[in-house]
Amino acid sequence: MTSEKSTAADQTMIEFKDVHKYYGDYHALRGITATIKAGEFFSLLGPSGCGKTTLLRTIAGFEGISSGVVMIDGKDMANVPANVRPTNMVFQSYAIFPHLTVEQNVGFGLRKDPRSAAEKAKAVAEALEMVGLKGYGARAAHALSGGQRQRVALARALILKPKVLLLDEPLSALDKKMREQMQMELIKLQRQVGITFILVTHDQEEALVMSDRIAVMFEGEIAQLADPETLYRRPNSRKVADFIGTMNFLPADILSEVDGKVEVEAKGFGRLTLDAEQVSVAPGSSSASIGFRPETLTILFDGQTATDRESKAEVVEVVYYGDMTYYDIKLEGTTEPMRLSMRNVFGRPVLDIGTQTRVAWSPGALVLFR
Amino acid sequence: MKGGWFRGYTIFYLIFLYAPIILLPIFAFNNATTIAFPLNGFTTAWFGKLWDDPALHHALKNSLIIGCSAAVISTCLGIFASRASSRYTFPFKTPLMGLIMLPLVMPDIILAVALLTVLLGIGMPLSLFTVILGHVLVCTPFSIAILSAAFQSLDQSLEEAAYDLGETPVSAFRLVILPLVLPGIISSLLITFTISLDEFIMAFFLAGNENTLPVYIFGQFRFPQNVPVILALGTILVCLSIALLATAEYFRRRGLAKTGGKDTGGFL
Repeated sequence: MTSEKSTAADQTMIEFKDVHKYYGDYHALRGITATIKAGEFFSLLGPSGCGKTTLLRTIAGFEGISSGVVMIDGKDMANVPANVRPTNMVFQSYAIFPHLTVEQNVGFGLRKDPRSAAEKAKAVAEALEMVGLKGYGARAAHALSGGQRQRVALARALILKPKVLLLDEPLSALDKKMREQMQMELIKLQRQVGITFILVTHDQEEALVMSDRIAVMFEGEIAQLADPETLYRRPNSRKVADFIGTMNFLPADILSEVDGKVEVEAKGFGRLTLDAEQVSVAPGSSSASIGFRPETLTILFDGQTATDRESKAEVVEVVYYGDMTYYDIKLEGTTEPMRLSMRNVFGRPVLDIGTQTRVAWSPGALVLFR
Repeated sequence: MKGGWFRGYTIFYLIFLYAPIILLPIFAFNNATTIAFPLNGFTTAWFGKLWDDPALHHALKNSLIIGCSAAVISTCLGIFASRASSRYTFPFKTPLMGLIMLPLVMPDIILAVALLTVLLGIGMPLSLFTVILGHVLVCTPFSIAILSAAFQSLDQSLEEAAYDLGETPVSAFRLVILPLVLPGIISSLLITFTISLDEFIMAFFLAGNENTLPVYIFGQFRFPQNVPVILALGTILVCLSIALLATAEYFRRRGLAKTGGKDTGGFL
């Protein structure tokens, strides 16, 4: 599996061209077109049944496609079976062979490797060390914990030095603490080996934490493909905005549109002008709304003044989280409560329900959906 | 007291089930030709007589040939069917599997008469081979029942992982699937062998001039003086059956433990 091409940073590793997949009448993938760059940590994010796992499996070769093209490193994968593709996979169930030892599992893919047994044993030991399982080689695989199985699965895939490592919800079976630890380890590991990682996940936080770029999928289509920050700050539809983090929506009326700049009137916020990059146009929606994240609004305590804009509001619900306090507030003139979050820095009071207060905000943090 | 009634019922049930079998060794070691209490004295003469009966040896040899053949053939068929039913979806899968499992509940005598009619119709002479055919028919559903559990407890990702790591479908089956279902295969071989060894009706109808062990035993009951010998033989067969089934269950459980599957109940 040697390639003459150098895997430079911007080189395309995987290319989907109008990929469709049908299961009988069910249209699982609806015209996927996307490129994944070499060396990138790429995530496929979406609710269950959105086609993200199917898309991953078309890369691995476990799933054929009905039409379109899947290319890996410039080669069409149409007639290339899974066992010769330059990809390796970490399965959701880890798929550790229960009848083999840890060592035998990790070395499984080296069976046809021409290297000597001693060299292979060395490679296995190195792979185990890389995933933090040094000295576990002789253990029976079925006696491992979930986190350890995960590591064995990683070592087993990475030992073959694939061009692409596919990860199918690898952290979903772990508890919260273990999951967060593995997230950090996976990021480090990816930087260390420089292989393209493609992660399938339904956990938006996991995708934001780990990825260089994320494709958000709904119903067999990619809704938005962007880096985590763009995805969070400038979601291109209400659906994406809803799926990633929390977003508040306020109904808005569009007054005028000049050179891409849109003037809107929203209750609670008043009259605003938004830049073109703050405007998302989703097909098929008729009503417009303003969206903003909970942390983009700040409560003004006595004596504080807003640097940009301020509005009057009433506290209707308070949820105290220790490091954060979540408020539901009603902006003056509105009926729907909006979620607002404040970091509990030292000396800052927690407001009671019913308190009349003022909130500061900035038009730049708003997004217009229509 | 409620618990007392249940306990009494259980004890009575177990006596009803196993007392006749316990009588077998008792009279097999009893120094009398009549099967009645009180016992006369201890002897192993009846076991000794088993050695001197060439007809018995011939029947035993037949039974072993039939048992081994039926076990191997029905286990092979069982592997195909359970692999297909656990791995693939195809039209009419449920009714097809149902039809394959039907001999499990169909009266053996119906099957035997039907097979006999067909064999006579196509002019195939009755022999050990025809008994093997009949026994395969009876044994295959048992084999499928055992092996389906083994195949279904396998994570399908295991096979995909093997492809992913460079193996072909054939080598993936050999390196991953086969070792994991091997305990189930051994269990199936032992149980189908035991079933074939004990089977009477098929053998009675389809053996022609040949004898199998159960048919021979049935024949010997015409001679009252031979009954204690038959009880001795029966004792050996019971012990052998228990040993075989226990071994089979051991392998079935070991297989489940290996794959980490859930125990959904076997035959023991």
